[in-house]
Amino acid sequence: MLEIRNLHVSIEDKKILNGLNLTVHDGEVAAIMGPNGSGKSTLSYVIAGKPDYDIHDGEILLDGENVLEMDPDARAAAGIFLAFQYPLEIPGVATMTFLKAAMQAQRKARGEEELSTAEFMKRVRDQAGHLGIPQDMLKRGLNVGFSGGEKKRMEILQMALLEPKFCILDETDSGLDIDALKVVSEGVNRLRAKDRSFLVITHYQRLLNYIVPDTVHVMAHGQVVKSGGKELALELEANGYADYKTLAA
Amino acid sequence: MPAVKETVEQVKAIDVDQYKYGFETQLEVDKAPKGLNEDIVRLISAKKKEPAWMLEWRLDAYRRWLTMREPTWARVEYPEIDFQDIHYYAAPKMNAAPKTIDDVDPAILDTYKKLGIPLREQEILAGVQQSKVAVDAVFDSVSVATTFKEELKKAGVIFCSISEALHEYPELVKKYIGTVVPVTDNYYATLNSAVFTDGSFVYVPKGVRCPMELSTYFRINEKNTGQFERTLIIVEEGAYVSYLEGCTAPQRDENQLHAAVVELIALDDAEIKYSTVQNWYPGDKDGKGGIYNFVTKRGDCRGKNSKISWTQVETGSAITWKYPSCILRGEGSRGEFYSIAVSNGRQQVDSGTKMIHLGKNTTSRIISKGISAGHSQNTYRGLVSAHRRATGARNFTNCDSLLIGNNCGAHTVPYIESKNGSSIFEHEATTSKISEDQLFYCMQRGLSAEEATALIVNGFVKDVLQQLPMEFAVEAQKLISISLEGSVG
Repeated sequence: MLEIRNLHVSIEDKKILNGLNLTVHDGEVAAIMGPNGSGKSTLSYVIAGKPDYDIHDGEILLDGENVLEMDPDARAAAGIFLAFQYPLEIPGVATMTFLKAAMQAQRKARGEEELSTAEFMKRVRDQAGHLGIPQDMLKRGLNVGFSGGEKKRMEILQMALLEPKFCILDETDSGLDIDALKVVSEGVNRLRAKDRSFLVITHYQRLLNYIVPDTVHVMAHGQVVKSGGKELALELEANGYADYKTLAA
Repeated sequence: MPAVKETVEQVKAIDVDQYKYGFETQLEVDKAPKGLNEDIVRLISAKKKEPAWMLEWRLDAYRRWLTMREPTWARVEYPEIDFQDIHYYAAPKMNAAPKTIDDVDPAILDTYKKLGIPLREQEILAGVQQSKVAVDAVFDSVSVATTFKEELKKAGVIFCSISEALHEYPELVKKYIGTVVPVTDNYYATLNSAVFTDGSFVYVPKGVRCPMELSTYFRINEKNTGQFERTLIIVEEGAYVSYLEGCTAPQRDENQLHAAVVELIALDDAEIKYSTVQNWYPGDKDGKGGIYNFVTKRGDCRGKNSKISWTQVETGSAITWKYPSCILRGEGSRGEFYSIAVSNGRQQVDSGTKMIHLGKNTTSRIISKGISAGHSQNTYRGLVSAHRRATGARNFTNCDSLLIGNNCGAHTVPYIESKNGSSIFEHEATTSKISEDQLFYCMQRGLSAEEATALIVNGFVKDVLQQLPMEFAVEAQKLISISLEGSVG
């Protein structure tokens, strides 16, 4: 379970999050929607531990443990995964090499046995197969020269291999055509489990046709201003964010 | 390359003291008095029982050196060197020249063992190494042992110290020494010509493919001593050799001078692959101590279709001034230069290559990767030139620089000169920085800041590491990670 209590965050003296509260239960898929500039991406970065932000107040608890004290790699090992809106390129580092390094680092941090190469290869092949990622792509530099859709699929592949407890999808639908959107959504749906929860950040309701959320939260001005079931997303799609832009102001 | 875990563990094991070769061996030493004059030159020559022509050659060099000035064009800064405050000869005391490995002082054997270089052939054979590597071990001013000499001799390959070559094969030495790097070439090369003490000699006869990797391991041990080694490699028609040098020195507060000369000669269809893993003591984090590595390395592709390839991994030394070059004289000859230069702390690197195209249809390729961290300065300086008659010459150059942190510098200074219309020279250069975003991305996947940096750097240097002989590529990769220890965070 992830609990965010009274979170206040700024970057370069600009206040982004203003006392945000949010709870996501195990097995839950929570969608975060909201207009541009409402702080959605900041929220995802702060949970994952990006260093540029000043946290003035509040806490983020993963199963009761405050993650704000932890470095990003420790948070990753604790089970937090962020699928980036713009995945980074690492030239010269084969995707396969990167995947192995990440998996082994997390296992080591958790005090688990190293995965054998055979087992590792098997898992990668299985998951890559599901996502339609060809083998030769795994030999290329990570994300180097990949299309937008390929990068997003690679994020989901990493998520599947790292088996996190809490997954954040930051505008995973941006820049995807409908076919890619389906593949990525199916990848996410396959990972839904009763001990794994998701925070799906999106601008549009479209993604939520494929990844059906249990709860929908509307963000505006750095706060969650309304929460509801999946029907709230449809309501937003029909009426837009105009009401919420004024609500918290 | 999946050595990331190993590299990180290695880095952690080293803790604060990053340089693990900084120990000193206690030995009785036979040392020349400090200072340089004609008597010292005579003393060195006498110690080596050299032929008279060699002494004359040295004295000539010394007299010319007195009229020369230190070069100042490199982008490096250091206090003036007092050439009278250096010992020009230091050798471990031995009753006689060691005939077999059992005659070598156990303390020296132990030193090399600590450095990971076993000198006893049976130990090498018993080890896990898959392929044999013959080693010439140079300790301060003298070669203390050369392994697998007999086995090489059966193949017709001569591999020994240059002092021994002067006794056993004087005509070969006389014919080739100073023909690639002339006595008057530059200040440090001229100094080396006057006072060089030892180094390696390789001769591969016509048509022979040298059956194993050859390597020389240089160790400076004595205080206030300069190391001036001289290496000469001659590869006859259609022959091939792969040679590697490694170097380390104890950790000291004073700077020490290392001024070597390396000459390579490749005749028709011959190929020489020369790799360096340079790990001299780089000084401490404030820039105190460390080796001044002022080295002249040049290969002469004298024959048709000959090939010389330089690969260097430079992580050590307080100052590096080094431009391994190729003279592409033979028609259709080829020169290559692959370099990784890593600088951290207060290190200064000014390194690169010269590709001198003299013959028709000669080709060259330069791949240089500079990595700067800490407060270091890292300069690539290179020359590609084509003579009037070098029609059809081609060069491809790629210089990439990677910056880690905000206090270091990367500089690229390419010189390109073509005196004929049919040469094609290409030059590509990039400078990039390991971005905070890349680091965060890797850390979000579970890698620590150090693991992430090592991974990104490994990706950056991959093209060059692939050029190193297998046995050394892993070693070099570890070395790079260690050198960058503490550069993030």
